[in-house]
Amino acid sequence: MEACKHADGRRGFLKKSTAIAALYLAPSFLTKSFAYDKLVPSPVEKEKLQIIINGKSYELMVDIRMSLLDLLREQVGLTGSKKGCDMGQCGACIVLVNGKRVNGCMTLAVDNGSNKITTIEGLATPEKLHPVQEAFISHDAMQCGYCTPGQIMSAVACIREGHANTREEIKAYMEGNICRCGSYQNIVDAILDVKKSGKPV
Amino acid sequence: MSTNHNFFAPFADDDRADAAEKVTGRAKFTAEHAIPNLGYGLFVCSTIAKGTVSKIDESDALKSPGVLDVISFQNCPAVPGYSPAKGGFEWWGLKTLYDNKVRFFGQPVALVVADSFENATAALKLVHVNYDKEAHETDFEKNRKIETALKPAGNYKRGIEKAYKTAPVFIEAEYKTPIEVHSPMEMHSTIAIWDGDDKLTVYDKTQGPKSTQNTLAKTFNIPQKNVRVITEYVGGAFGNGLRSWLHVPAACIAAKKLKRPVKVLLTRPQMFSLVGYRPQSWQKIGIGADKTGKFIGISHSAISNSSRYEDFREGIVDVSKFLYACENVDTDYKTLPLDLSTPTWMRGPGEVTGCYALESAIDELSYQLKMDPIELRIKNFTAINPENKLPWSAKNLLDCYEAGKTKIGWKNRSATPGKIKENGWLIGYGMGGGVFGAGKGSASVRLILKDDGTIVLQSAVSDMGPGTSTSMVKVAAETMQMPIHKIKFSLGDTDYPPGPSQGGSGTTSSLGSAVNLVCETLKQGLKELAIQQATAFKNLAVADLDVKNEIIFSTKDANTKIGVTELLKLSGKPLIEITKDSGGATPEMRKYAINSFSVHFVKVAVHAKTGEVKMLQVVTTGDAGKIISENTARSQMLGGVVGGIGMALKEELLINHETGEIANASFGTYHLPLHTDIPNIEVWFVNKPDPIVNAIGAKGVGEISLIGFAAAVTNAVYNATGKRVRDLPITAEKLGFKKG
Repeated sequence: MEACKHADGRRGFLKKSTAIAALYLAPSFLTKSFAYDKLVPSPVEKEKLQIIINGKSYELMVDIRMSLLDLLREQVGLTGSKKGCDMGQCGACIVLVNGKRVNGCMTLAVDNGSNKITTIEGLATPEKLHPVQEAFISHDAMQCGYCTPGQIMSAVACIREGHANTREEIKAYMEGNICRCGSYQNIVDAILDVKKSGKPV
Repeated sequence: MSTNHNFFAPFADDDRADAAEKVTGRAKFTAEHAIPNLGYGLFVCSTIAKGTVSKIDESDALKSPGVLDVISFQNCPAVPGYSPAKGGFEWWGLKTLYDNKVRFFGQPVALVVADSFENATAALKLVHVNYDKEAHETDFEKNRKIETALKPAGNYKRGIEKAYKTAPVFIEAEYKTPIEVHSPMEMHSTIAIWDGDDKLTVYDKTQGPKSTQNTLAKTFNIPQKNVRVITEYVGGAFGNGLRSWLHVPAACIAAKKLKRPVKVLLTRPQMFSLVGYRPQSWQKIGIGADKTGKFIGISHSAISNSSRYEDFREGIVDVSKFLYACENVDTDYKTLPLDLSTPTWMRGPGEVTGCYALESAIDELSYQLKMDPIELRIKNFTAINPENKLPWSAKNLLDCYEAGKTKIGWKNRSATPGKIKENGWLIGYGMGGGVFGAGKGSASVRLILKDDGTIVLQSAVSDMGPGTSTSMVKVAAETMQMPIHKIKFSLGDTDYPPGPSQGGSGTTSSLGSAVNLVCETLKQGLKELAIQQATAFKNLAVADLDVKNEIIFSTKDANTKIGVTELLKLSGKPLIEITKDSGGATPEMRKYAINSFSVHFVKVAVHAKTGEVKMLQVVTTGDAGKIISENTARSQMLGGVVGGIGMALKEELLINHETGEIANASFGTYHLPLHTDIPNIEVWFVNKPDPIVNAIGAKGVGEISLIGFAAAVTNAVYNATGKRVRDLPITAEKLGFKKG
């Protein structure tokens, strides 16, 4: 999985923002020992964000604490990317950022200025499903369907990266996508099928 | 979207009906419904395992940007179902935000509601909670040995007690399973929207929209028809959506208090303690046989944990009473209340735990007898259920043994453990079987035949993943003898006729029976309508007619026919609407024992130096009557196997007994099966209709796909290594390999 290069991630940010809040309020607290959880945050900052999602340009005012995933789901109304853990451990939120797979829950929305985001909603054309989407249907590579968008986005990247040559290789490069319904075998079959077909992804 | 997909439409007949919605991201799960003016509710959870909350100071949180309210026992409005009048409905389980008692670590003590997820999250730490702590007990292993701590939960005796001890060959052994957590990928959430004081719309992640509707109507003392529950898609549940957990009323309470819609979201760590789990268990099995392998006695004892505020029980010891022929059987079941949240049914509830022990014990006995474990099971096969003495409606286990044996390459198995070594890996084969009840419950389905000839079926069920719409459309298409793509099954809305909760492998049988019945009724109605309306049919009787490919025709004269759409037009009907209920069990069904069965076969490799266990191959066989949709039924079986691999090799909830806190409440630390854990899995079905269970001959596969699987793995590991692990999950340490 590619980490988001231009950001130190949400965890880093949360630490940093707490520190900023501490400085802001410092005078009344410096003399006493204080608990972080006693701090009332300052009014929330919003930043202007220019971002391209599925080929469409957006200019948005964004809460600086918002993850890219929550931006998509709660602000832009693209709920295809899923929240399965909100800690980068399940892969349900995987989107492509400038073509590379990224956990949407682990990157801040505001760190994605000018980035090109592709979500599951941007994969098919109005006329035709993407070959990976088609293969997921024909191999029944889903049950409840909740991890499916993340699996598909990850699968597209896996093929594009050249990591879909054997079952074992696919499994290794899809390891970050959990499927609790247990459709793994059908997912690997679907990916291998697309790879073997030579269809452009 | 593609015009190919406009009318409900999968590509091929057996494709999942809602697959196109799922692969495009259009499928809307509970938390994804866009509701204007939505409040976001998150729980503040207790940091002690037992005691009372002395004070909650919410003043800082209320000053935090965007915070709308902090609701706790200090300011929670009265809820009728929380403190009912005598004889009135009382909320089942923990009443959230109701009192100051803390019953487990991580129990919600306050709900923060804000205008955004970020603002709610930021305010959580600003709610200051003071506790008066009391001593807690969360340690199952320690407390199960204290007889006075246990609650009797039923015992059973047939023939002579502990008869196994008199048998020429017997074994007795103890088996342990840890807490397992359902962990569906979609986290639970509920959106509540009030219209005035007595009308409520709820988007809820549930396996039973009708169950949620009924519970909320009673809890808030409003007419059931005033509560609408919508559950379009469910992102897995595996049992944890079978009851309304405490976030459901919390959302309703907050929305009512704030007079605006509120969405309560559980976080992934909260998913480990607030929506149930498979309880921890200890079991002891004694099993004895004569020299030929015929069972003489089975004794099965079990203890599983519950919470202090509810006594959760499941059928752990039940399988031992009836799966095999045996005259002398005794069982004993007790529960152990601990300062934990309440467990609940998880896929294959009870039977999964019980079959793990029973099928392991039979394997142990087979080595004592020097007998092939499959032969030992065949030796004790019975077509009559020994517990209720009823004949099985259908039991094709022998076919399963035969098919599995061939496909896994059982002939390559060594009867002596630890004998096969390839490239530094020890190879072993194992098998284990499962059983689960099957029946038919009440389910209603509405059918609407439109003037374009398409059919819409509606029922207030939800689908957590098995593919209910897919199989229901197939049942309808087969009954109507018409193409699948002209039929749609709609679910997930209590405005539809009442359907059952999706659980206990009962949906296909109950709902499928209703679909079959409503379609048969439509066919009958179309025949009658043709006789009334179409002159060519005037002198024909219903018995002379048939319906196929949307044409009503005479079986005597192929030229006498009329299309369904033409008939509707002729009779001036814009549509035909019929609602039918499947009814419950019939008197005929009560004369039989009705179950689904499975047998799982696995081949494993255990690394001779490190003890790493690798699954090499799985063959899973199912005897569940007629398979309606092979595609989705196969997927369900694959899913059960994956769950079984998790149970055998990976999953275990850990608790820090000093604090009572769950120590591994995340996917990074609670290990689910991943892509690389899964070997090639082959699924095989008997696929013969059960003549008794219902008109379509189908039974469920959701539970049997998992039941018995863990034993197949432990048995294979023993076959590979000669080491028997009786404490799941199997680890290298438990196999006697050193750490590091």
